[in-house]
Amino acid sequence: MKVYGKHRFPGRLFTVEGIDGSGKSTQLALLEKWLESERYGTFFSEWNSSALVRDVTRRGKRKRMLTPMTFSLLHATDFADRTEQCIIPPLKAGALVLADRYVYTAFARDVARGVNPGWVRNLYRFAVKPTIAFYFRISVDDAMKRLVGGRDAIKYYEAGMDRQLSGDIEESFRLFQGAVIDEYDRMVDEFGLVVIDATGSIEEQQARMRAIVTKALTGARKGRIRRWVDLNSTAQASRP
Amino acid sequence: MGRFEFYGPGLPAVDAHDLKGKLVVVEGTDGVGRSTHIGLLKEWLESKGHAVLDTGMTRSALAGKGLKAAKEGHTLGGLTMSLFYATDFADRLENEMIPALRAGFVVLTDRYIYSLMARATVRGADAQWVKGVYEFSLKPDIVVYLRATVDELVTRVVQTAGFNYWESGMDLRLGDDLFDSFVEYQGRLLAEFDAMADEYGFHVMDTSASIQSVSEQIKSLLEPLLLPA
Repeated sequence: MKVYGKHRFPGRLFTVEGIDGSGKSTQLALLEKWLESERYGTFFSEWNSSALVRDVTRRGKRKRMLTPMTFSLLHATDFADRTEQCIIPPLKAGALVLADRYVYTAFARDVARGVNPGWVRNLYRFAVKPTIAFYFRISVDDAMKRLVGGRDAIKYYEAGMDRQLSGDIEESFRLFQGAVIDEYDRMVDEFGLVVIDATGSIEEQQARMRAIVTKALTGARKGRIRRWVDLNSTAQASRP
Repeated sequence: MGRFEFYGPGLPAVDAHDLKGKLVVVEGTDGVGRSTHIGLLKEWLESKGHAVLDTGMTRSALAGKGLKAAKEGHTLGGLTMSLFYATDFADRLENEMIPALRAGFVVLTDRYIYSLMARATVRGADAQWVKGVYEFSLKPDIVVYLRATVDELVTRVVQTAGFNYWESGMDLRLGDDLFDSFVEYQGRLLAEFDAMADEYGFHVMDTSASIQSVSEQIKSLLEPLLLPA
């Protein structure tokens, strides 16, 4: 088993982090458009997307049966499946992998839920270290203003309602996401996260991202690669 | 009382000192007779007036179904499978075993973290990583390890359920067919168990003796544990 920081692949891995409403997904989508227009092969991978684990996570969330520990382990399972199926193979093929949320999401949320910081860092030791990990920093108040749908858009676990910080979902969201931000801020030095001020204009943020990514593209392979989804289904069909 | 402790940082919001029951683990590789012995122990414990919860792997309300479905597709990578099992185990620990221990039950579990750690390590996971992952679990009162040699296991499996894909470790491609793979896979698991026996203080039971005699030995091991404090 390779551990964090020990992987060596021809591809590149760019990740974005930040609380909901920080605009990170918008920025990553813009980055992807640009990389494709520059004729790089890109693969997009998002948090909580493994087909194998998704049903269990959904059910656990819907029935509110997750504890901080099972929440943490289930997301790590999902992430392991993505690492094995959707991150490592394209990196080996020389692609640029773009990940919306990465291990730092788990470190921030799980620790905010009372999970031991050292334990959860060990849990994710199999992760590939990103080439660049961006962190979109924003205050809870600013993030809340941007949530489409306002109060109704806030989800139970996202608001940390399971922690019973407050009976009011908006207040609970504020408290829980505030704790998540504290954890992100602690990780900036620990993992060398590249901080982007998420209160700047979308264009400014994107220009900054592109300037930073450009420096990491020296020697990266160009040329479209067959979509990994196709490669993956072929691989599965050939199994016993 | 404070008899219980965790292997590491433990579980958020769970105080091990609140737990009163006994945690009894029966470990051993596939086909060694764990469920037979658990059945006998349960009957004996209940006849002596103890409330017993018996539980086993991949039966959790949360992940049990998903894990079965995922295994049917044979698409799980080694790391993913190890973590899925860990999730399933954590759910059972928190939602079945701990509440029962709090209520003073004897919890009789068919396998515990040791089987899961052995499987993960055999599938290429880093041993220190695996150990770290399971540091959320409780230290049991006793671990009864039912040991058999690979030859003995082969005989039993042939006579009963036959070889199956996962128990033969076919996902690891260790041999040309189920038989070769079973022998190699179970041999590797046994080596992992043997290595853990000292570290975790297993009570090793040689299962080549009769079921009756092994069961009596287990009961005499448990007796001191069941005396009123």
